[in-house]
Amino acid sequence: MISSQAYGDNGKMKEYHYSGPVEHKFSPYAFNGGTVLAVAGEDFALVASDTRLSEGYSIHSRDSPKCYKLTDTTVIGCSGFHGDCLTLTKIIEARLKMYKHSNNKSMTSGAIAAMLSTILYGRRFFPYYVYNIIGGLDEEGRGAVYSFDPVGSYQRDSYKAGGSASAMLQPLLDNQIGFKNMENVEQLPLTLEKAVQLVKDVFISAAERDVYTGDALKICIITKEGIREELVPLRKD
Amino acid sequence: MALQDVCGLQTPPLFPQWSAPLSQSFMPEDSTHLFGEGIHGEAFSTRLPGRGALSPLEFYMPIAEYLTQSPINFGQISLSSAPTNLLKIDHQHPSLPSISLPSPTPYSISPSVPLPFTLSHGTTTLGFAFQGGVIAAADTRSSCSGKVACPASPKVLPIHSHLVGTTSGTSADCALWKRILARELRLYQLRHRRRLSTGGAAKLLSHMLHPFKGTELCVAATLCGWDGDEEKDEQPITEKYANTPTTQLAASDSCIQSAATQPFIAAPAVCKSPTQQVVKPRSGICGPRVVYVCSDGLRLQGELFSVGSGSPYAYSILDSSVYWGMSVQEAASVAREAVYRATYRDAYSGNNVDLYHVTAKGWRRRERENLKEEYYREKERERKRVAERKTEKIAILKCDDRDIV
Repeated sequence: MISSQAYGDNGKMKEYHYSGPVEHKFSPYAFNGGTVLAVAGEDFALVASDTRLSEGYSIHSRDSPKCYKLTDTTVIGCSGFHGDCLTLTKIIEARLKMYKHSNNKSMTSGAIAAMLSTILYGRRFFPYYVYNIIGGLDEEGRGAVYSFDPVGSYQRDSYKAGGSASAMLQPLLDNQIGFKNMENVEQLPLTLEKAVQLVKDVFISAAERDVYTGDALKICIITKEGIREELVPLRKD
Repeated sequence: MALQDVCGLQTPPLFPQWSAPLSQSFMPEDSTHLFGEGIHGEAFSTRLPGRGALSPLEFYMPIAEYLTQSPINFGQISLSSAPTNLLKIDHQHPSLPSISLPSPTPYSISPSVPLPFTLSHGTTTLGFAFQGGVIAAADTRSSCSGKVACPASPKVLPIHSHLVGTTSGTSADCALWKRILARELRLYQLRHRRRLSTGGAAKLLSHMLHPFKGTELCVAATLCGWDGDEEKDEQPITEKYANTPTTQLAASDSCIQSAATQPFIAAPAVCKSPTQQVVKPRSGICGPRVVYVCSDGLRLQGELFSVGSGSPYAYSILDSSVYWGMSVQEAASVAREAVYRATYRDAYSGNNVDLYHVTAKGWRRRERENLKEEYYREKERERKRVAERKTEKIAILKCDDRDIV
């Protein structure tokens, strides 16, 4: 694992020139890139992620999606350090099974979100380096998105972008879905088709400008009929 | 008892099956093991021979264990001693964990593992008491390394029907510790059949945070509540309960799924002194109370507090306008103005204002107000003033001309 001393705050490489002797310490973290997005509608939810797994200047895999299906109504997207993503999803799945066996029902999206918050906070002093976004349907069948920070602070939103290109995507979503900073505009409710098209456009833009995003886009569409997946190619360079 | 559990006093274990054996093995990957050992877990266990469980939350602290067990040194100074040293700690000494350790722990100086990300910070929150209750207000911007992580985060969290807490510092720490506090207060209420007072809740929170002094935990909360006289709640309540807290709960945040919903079973205590008259401040055990609790260990009782990066700006408005006898509308508008002025000048505060009002009947929440409208109204007013001044100037000049002529 390359030391994280070579990386800046958000995981991008920072040292391009030799600037004197540097003491490298082992870092347990690495940044594997990737962007995750979730949108909640009236009766649907979308969770989308790119499928590129990178580290520094290399691409480890072009087919490593970051959405994981948890229940029939909930999908989680995890980006950041891939090792922690895998372990965290394993822990969540184990806890889901435990809940199912002791309570004889599946966990609701809200309950999964609250549980994830305590799981993340249990590692407050050695956090999971994962940016999570949960998308799903709540008990009434409405779309719900829960966004987390690496130590467990969370809240319910209607849309959220996380990962390496989040700073580019979030303002675009604020404008297009939240109708922020627009005057005299008709605020139509978001339909599923429009949301899917928006997500595709937004990821194509992200792949243009963010080196860690690209290869392919996987969209998980959650409705009361179940979870449907779509795979869209993105630029591979 | 919750308080004694948390403060680490010597009591026989209430739940014997919770006593975890003191073991050297740790399971970093298994966060479901709620009674695993951390450096604080071990220290607590040794202080109290009867108890093994750490009360509020089990924390995995990668300090001594991985340094001695794992061959990979996570870049810290090596502790040569084995964990067995900890077992030899004198049980009579209720000392701090750091004193028990053989050498100074690195985490009190810097984070044990260098984090590649920063956590959310920056805010303006305030709370003050007056004759009509307590007002708690905050902005809603949650920032993280220069970007706005969330423009609509709730910083005033209800803890139970008569207690509201403002949060400042790392948002994850504040949210989780509020949840823990709400749970402990609910347990106290169930065990003792009365609500814990605001001062008591502040003490509890302060003592729960004490073991983490020196770590990067950052919580600065203002607990705003109304202390009632529970024995007197047989009084017939003649005023009608408009806007009872139960309706507000549906509107308030669902993410705080704590026992804060439960206390409505208890009848809200009505304080003997009617709120319409001007009540003497700090009248004994009854009335509005504001206490500031910080993760450094500071706990202050007062009448007015403002916390956060925008607090100096808020203080200037509050110090000039807050007085004990003000009316509820006045108090609400002063609080709102203070947060607005702070968001005007502080880059890390902004977006909306949340306002809560706590009275003897419980807390009530005002509709979240977007400050963008206020900025435009202010600009409009300024524009009008400038135009007026211009016309006045022209009028004066015209008069002067006529006089000369």
